[in-house]
Amino acid sequence: MRELLDELDRWKKTGKRIALARVVDIQGSGPRGAGAAMAVNEDGEVIGSVSGGCVESAVVTEALAILAGEQPSRVVTFGYSDDEAFAVGLTCGGIIHLFIQPLEWA
Amino acid sequence: MWGHHSLIHSAVGVGVSTYETFAALVRDNAPVSLVTIIEGPNVGATMVVTPQGIVAGSLGNSDIDRVISRDAMGELEAGRTIVRHYGPHGQSTPEDLIDTETVQVFIESFSPPPLMWIFGAVDFTAALARVAKILGYHVTVCDAREIFATRRRFPMADEVRVTWPTPMFEERGNRLGPRDAVCILTHDPKFDVPAIQGALATSVGYIGVMGSRKTHAKRLERLAEVGVTSPDELSRLHSPIGLDLGGRTPEETAISIVGEIIASRTGRNATRLGATDGPIH
Repeated sequence: MRELLDELDRWKKTGKRIALARVVDIQGSGPRGAGAAMAVNEDGEVIGSVSGGCVESAVVTEALAILAGEQPSRVVTFGYSDDEAFAVGLTCGGIIHLFIQPLEWA
Repeated sequence: MWGHHSLIHSAVGVGVSTYETFAALVRDNAPVSLVTIIEGPNVGATMVVTPQGIVAGSLGNSDIDRVISRDAMGELEAGRTIVRHYGPHGQSTPEDLIDTETVQVFIESFSPPPLMWIFGAVDFTAALARVAKILGYHVTVCDAREIFATRRRFPMADEVRVTWPTPMFEERGNRLGPRDAVCILTHDPKFDVPAIQGALATSVGYIGVMGSRKTHAKRLERLAEVGVTSPDELSRLHSPIGLDLGGRTPEETAISIVGEIIASRTGRNATRLGATDGPIH
């Protein structure tokens, strides 16, 4: 998340609402470990990454839904691409748990 | 043990948000833990913890704040990022968690960047400093020659010091630990022998010394003359420095050096993945 701070500050200065997605846990093989982070602003701009590109676009959809108030802040799990419950998966076969929340820490 | 960080005090105060406090501490390279409830009551509640205690935010009540901040300080000391489970008031023993709503907490540790000290202000130094910055090191270039050890030649370094190795290690060798690296690129026994002695007296994780095989053999003789002969000490030296990639340029050499640093940390053989089996991570 360290590498996102400069851009987060710029977004905050212009008053953009921001959702932050962080990898909290990985089971099996995964390209990025716990703490990998990406952020999405209300215009759909994205910085950072949480996998090797496998789940980022799904994370953007979730993040925008959370920013719009359609979903609460929550843990989102991606894995096992052949499981119908998780349409998006890591091609490496791992399971990734992300926590997505609006960046609104008072 | 973490050193002084002025922003710990200045960033914490009325009117400063939890995020701003956190960001200021991370920018100052201070050790900081970001603690967030990810499941259970109060999802999204966030608290910022340093080795001195809670500096911003709350998870909802003082019981849970007290228990979890203590755990967060332990994880921070270990540099670990982890999810932990608690009861609504911070209970963590399994019996206390039966039939009660549990809280899942993500404890994310931000450690100060690892240190790389590079001795010798040569072309290889500039390339190594650049690559080390990509890997997140705080880079210090050190050489006794004032005309070579300049900021203009090493703008990518965090710090350029004009000094001999011995005073440098005496002044701050105790800051070096297992995550850190000392790379000695001077080829000059006047400089590398004291640099090696200085590095061996610390708990630094990686010590690499540049030079041909011939230089290496001569260096071992010089080290023996000053009493560095124990196999335990000599086995800590990566000399000649780097992996056998066959590269020549300063940039290729820099990659071979950081490749060796990574492999020595992970304990891997640094062979081609295509030639081996087993898990990659």
